[in-house]
Amino acid sequence: MEGYSKCPQLLDLIPKDKEWVVKRVEKTSHGLSEEKKLELRLGPPGGEWTITDNKNSSFGYNNFSVQNPVSKSPWQQNQMPVMNESSQRCNNRVELQSAEKMKALSPAPANNTAVPNSQKRNAPGPVVGWPPIRSFRKNNIASGSCSKLSSESPDVGPPKVSGPKPAENTGPRSLFVKINMDGIPIGRKVDLKTYDSYDKLSLAVDELFRGLLAAQSDSCAGGMKDKEDREKGIGCLLDGSGEYTLVYEDNEGDRMLVGDVPWHMFVSTVKRLRVLKSSELSTLSCELWKQTGEALSERVIELGRKATILR
Amino acid sequence: MLNYFPEEVLEHVFDFVTSHRDRNAVSLVCKSWYSVERFSREKVFIGNCYAVNPERVIARFPRVRSLTLKGKPHFADFNLVPPDWGGYVYPWIEAMAKHGINLEELRLKRMVVSDESLELLAKSFPNFKSLVLVSCEGFTTDGLAAIASNCRFLRELDLQENEVDDRKGQWLSCFPDSCTSLISLNFACLKGEVNAAALERLVARCPNLRSLRLNHAVPLDTLQKILTQAPQLNDLGTGSFVHDPDSETCGKLKNAMKKCKSIRSLSGFLDVNARCLPAVYPICTNLTSLNLSYAPGIYSNDLIKLICHCKKLERLWVCFFIKLIHYTYFFSGVPLSNQGLNWIMQILDTIGDKGLGAVASTCKELQELRVFPSDLYGVGNAGVTEEGLVAISAGCPKLNSILYFCQQMTNAALITVAKNCPNFIRFRLCTLNPTIPDAVTNLPLDEGFGAIVQSCKGLKRLSVSGLLTDQVFLYIGMYAEQLEMLSIAFAGDSDKGMLYVLNGCKKLKKLEIRDSPFGNVALLADVGKYETMRSLWMSSCEVTFGACKTLAEKMPRLNVEIINEGEEIEASPDDRHRVEKMYLYRTLVGPRRDAPDFVWTL
Repeated sequence: MEGYSKCPQLLDLIPKDKEWVVKRVEKTSHGLSEEKKLELRLGPPGGEWTITDNKNSSFGYNNFSVQNPVSKSPWQQNQMPVMNESSQRCNNRVELQSAEKMKALSPAPANNTAVPNSQKRNAPGPVVGWPPIRSFRKNNIASGSCSKLSSESPDVGPPKVSGPKPAENTGPRSLFVKINMDGIPIGRKVDLKTYDSYDKLSLAVDELFRGLLAAQSDSCAGGMKDKEDREKGIGCLLDGSGEYTLVYEDNEGDRMLVGDVPWHMFVSTVKRLRVLKSSELSTLSCELWKQTGEALSERVIELGRKATILR
Repeated sequence: MLNYFPEEVLEHVFDFVTSHRDRNAVSLVCKSWYSVERFSREKVFIGNCYAVNPERVIARFPRVRSLTLKGKPHFADFNLVPPDWGGYVYPWIEAMAKHGINLEELRLKRMVVSDESLELLAKSFPNFKSLVLVSCEGFTTDGLAAIASNCRFLRELDLQENEVDDRKGQWLSCFPDSCTSLISLNFACLKGEVNAAALERLVARCPNLRSLRLNHAVPLDTLQKILTQAPQLNDLGTGSFVHDPDSETCGKLKNAMKKCKSIRSLSGFLDVNARCLPAVYPICTNLTSLNLSYAPGIYSNDLIKLICHCKKLERLWVCFFIKLIHYTYFFSGVPLSNQGLNWIMQILDTIGDKGLGAVASTCKELQELRVFPSDLYGVGNAGVTEEGLVAISAGCPKLNSILYFCQQMTNAALITVAKNCPNFIRFRLCTLNPTIPDAVTNLPLDEGFGAIVQSCKGLKRLSVSGLLTDQVFLYIGMYAEQLEMLSIAFAGDSDKGMLYVLNGCKKLKKLEIRDSPFGNVALLADVGKYETMRSLWMSSCEVTFGACKTLAEKMPRLNVEIINEGEEIEASPDDRHRVEKMYLYRTLVGPRRDAPDFVWTL
């Protein structure tokens, strides 16, 4: 467990006011301050692979710029060891290879040390025709759009001719989903179509379960809760501050935190809701870290997908 | 003894000799065999349209019915050949029309096809049945309309990855009501709409239709109606695969799919809502070929769910498309960003590999796999790594053909792959960083590829990438005895590399090299070798103008073409000038007369 705390806490990436904020408890060896913004911005059109040596943008195969660059390129080798260490602990799946993989991700130093002749071939600038993919394929893949998400493909070939539009999900007039709460054996159903925002949903859920909670604690052995508590309700469900947190299961079976995505997107992918004890959530997050890299990656991808919507 | 066979018997025997190589061999035995063979040959294959001219082909094979022609060099696919370079089909069609050839089939690859050529084709050959165009350009839907209107017995119109100017006419509606002979129709590469009703009627009246590939503009509900009319299909390319998955249409589609018991090959998904994919599950069990490489936004999970139904797959083309990296993430702090991003990057790598793991567990009959890179604009293009390839090699023992774009590779992985799969015929590896070393050891990838050529004794086609020294070419020259085509980019240290290949690979037919330090010594060491090969391409190498001239002088049956772009075109460049692009090929007919200004034949 101890190693995990060094990694970015995934569940710390909680949207506050639609901004992603990464909370870090400890400083890195570079002594940066604690809170950094994880800014999500549209990348520039790449198109061609760029080989560069020792430039800031040498990592990727695209032009890559850092918003507030500290002093050096993020991808230079002298920063590798830091990354290796924590990533090894983070990602148990990657195992021994992570360190080496990290090295491989930065082509410039490796090239320079390994092969003296490579200088000439690693001329800066875009490389025509690499990777070798037929232009037809390049244009068509890049301009494709996932109907789930709106994609803006920057600068790619001929625009797709729009055929008949994909059918909008005009859908039924009501959308009842099950909602269960930790500690309460009987679930409820809510009609999501009757709400148009997360706040309203949260209030509704609160009301739904308040009575049940009260009844439950009355019938519990001891019944120690006083009247005030019983009528207090559940508190805020959405920001992790209350005793309970609202999560949902989406159409792919993944458990997601409610509130990440725009309301209409949430409504179109939600399959069921669940009210968890917030303390459970942190247990879950530990569980999360213990899972294999595959599950983690799914989480990341989900977040990434959601994130693109936010922009 | 065979001389006493009457010609009719010989001809009958030769009917069973179908491959063009075998027929070429047969024709070399003796004069009478040459003669019988040439009059009986109906299918002619010409790998380089400039190696010969139409008149000579027609003179030798007057009964030709099917002609296959290839035009531009392979690297034209990657924008290395300027437009208007050549490869025009018109002179061929014109000559055949003039000589009354009974042409029934024309198959073209990387050629320039004008509407005029298509019109001439449509009007000159009353028995014309089959037109297959792959990676061609120069025509519009008007040309297709001419084909549709005039070719009364058309059986096959197959357009693969062509650049077609869509005039938004109604070319498909030009198939007359009397056209009922279609067996194969593929217009997936067209960008414009076709009249859905006309398409449905066409499908309904062609009972022999076996292969249908629609374009992006054909919506799902049309697909559903078509499938209901044509349950006999065995090859389907969907158009757009987007709809409300809970709708009646999707339900009807799934039912229609259930009735299509013959579909063995599936492609398309040019636009897809992954939630509609379950509609194709009914046909997955019998699929032998699946091409999802044009499907944007099918996430690994959906892909895996689909693949798990496809236990009989023999051919799979995929593209691991990960939306997360469609956008570049910009981080404001450095080290955490590093950690975070690299951590995410690693996870993403394993996603693609996980998908391949699913393929490895499910598709035990897999023979051919192509993995195209995910979004080219993302950070690091996390897609697949060597792990995915190793998993596939371990799980799919019948694998013989692979095209694999990957983030990184290791020698160890390649060595393992070589051990697991000794049956490769085609092995094409492309690291997205063309000079990336072994991801673990930082060494060149020489040993890995060396293992591949040593183990795969039947290897015919090889593309190498990553950090490579002359050593890899030593291995290739030593072991790749059956190698016919080799693609090299950003590799090698000196002329020795190229010499190893030229001296060692006896069956080499096509060699294409870019951005590698091979020069005059290698080029001129064995000039006779080039007459045993179809072609040699060298760009951004160390070859000079003088050496090319020398070569051209020594070998009159080679066309040595220099492609000059840019403004510094001098009347006679210095012999010591490096040549930017050189393409040489053997030919029976001397320098071509249609070369543009920027192409010099020395």
